[in-house]
Amino acid sequence: MPEWLKLMVESLPPLLYAGLVFTVPLTLLSFACGLSLGFVTALVRLYGPRTLADGFRFYVWLIRGTPLLVQLFLIFYGLPKAGIVFDPLPAAVIGFSLNVGAYTSEVIRAALLAVPRGQWEAAYSIGQTWAQAMRRTILPQASRVAVPPLANTFISLIKDTSLAAVLTVPEIFQAAQRIASVTYEPLILYTETALIYLLFSSVLSAGQQKLEARFGQHLHLSQETK
Amino acid sequence: MIQLSHIDKHFGSQHVLKDVSLQVAPGQVTALIGPSGSGKSTLLRCINLLETPSAGQITLGDASLQFGHGHAQAGRQDIHRLRLQTGMVFQNFQLFPHRTALQNVMEGLLVVKKWPRAQAEAHARELLHQVGMAHKADAWPGTLSGGQQQRVAIARALAQSPGLLLCDEPTSALDPELASEVVAVLRDLAANKMTMLIATHDLRLAATLADTVVFLEDGRIVEQGSSRQLFLQPQNPRTASYVSTLKEGLPEAWQA
Repeated sequence: MPEWLKLMVESLPPLLYAGLVFTVPLTLLSFACGLSLGFVTALVRLYGPRTLADGFRFYVWLIRGTPLLVQLFLIFYGLPKAGIVFDPLPAAVIGFSLNVGAYTSEVIRAALLAVPRGQWEAAYSIGQTWAQAMRRTILPQASRVAVPPLANTFISLIKDTSLAAVLTVPEIFQAAQRIASVTYEPLILYTETALIYLLFSSVLSAGQQKLEARFGQHLHLSQETK
Repeated sequence: MIQLSHIDKHFGSQHVLKDVSLQVAPGQVTALIGPSGSGKSTLLRCINLLETPSAGQITLGDASLQFGHGHAQAGRQDIHRLRLQTGMVFQNFQLFPHRTALQNVMEGLLVVKKWPRAQAEAHARELLHQVGMAHKADAWPGTLSGGQQQRVAIARALAQSPGLLLCDEPTSALDPELASEVVAVLRDLAANKMTMLIATHDLRLAATLADTVVFLEDGRIVEQGSSRQLFLQPQNPRTASYVSTLKEGLPEAWQA
């Protein structure tokens, strides 16, 4: 076995461990929190009282207009000066969630607006309440529109979690840095790291296609009934 | 009893319904005719409260609501109660595209009436049969023709046994052949004494289906009467000129 391949094989377990124990949970947790935040933000901006909607618009403006790395530094290194101290992992989850929330809120807002007004009226006309119409009539249709751009955000997030390395979270990229610093083989280690990220995001892309198919079953007219 | 009294509706500075009073006889078909923008659709939408009237009173069966100054804003419960007295058929069908024909008809029974699934399904299948769509129960709306979609939409509107069926231009988005299959369903309902209020541009439909015809222009009722009287002996010159297009028919040269 050539020397470079041997190094790759030997460093695979620690890298995968870092991925499965830190990168993946960090991604899933941040996306879940971020998506919930994004949903609430979209709802308030579309249907909430004016002042509250303005507050959420300010939040989206602030997060989208500043670099993620700076936000993470502010939360982890800056806030302790104000007496607010987070452990590395919670700091990362908060930072990523706020970020995902801001971006997904716009996706969700657009997807909700993409459902024709007549669908609301049809739902009301059969006696559905606002909440029932939202849950049973509007959201399923909006989901079909929202899945591709949300998957975009998700895949960006997997890669962005490498920034958590600077908050001392021992995820994949930090593990790679650690090994590279003792083996002096950055080319091999970072290539391997890139491949692992590629693997993770490929798995997710496959998941996206499944979701799209599920929300869009009615669009596949080839499966005509009798 | 279905009674509208002194209904007014403003959109901003626009006054789209002016003191409209109308009584719909139970078991009868009433057609609303009039030029585009005369307020036909708005009037229908006020009855099931997709629009809130600016003033006036709506009575449907034993539910009644008053609007305007001096009356408390209608509560959610009141609106819900009044709305369930009506079924609505839209010009563009507005079936739920992510639900099959059967699921579209079942939706209100399951979610609003909270019927058990088996019972809702049985009733929905019966209604689909009634509109001649039983064979397409499991089809997605996107795979159906416009006429078929509208028939499913009528079944959906009838699911919760409303006392009044509101049809907003039910055939306007359809070619003559597809329209005729929808008209056949409406005729069938009329024969079974379903109370209907139909806004339409199709004067032939109004003349052949309706017992009473109401001519609306510029938000006001200009004239109303039996369909025969309104089309053959209109009292108001404006009505006469509007309904004259119906009698013109084929080119003169063709009439042997």
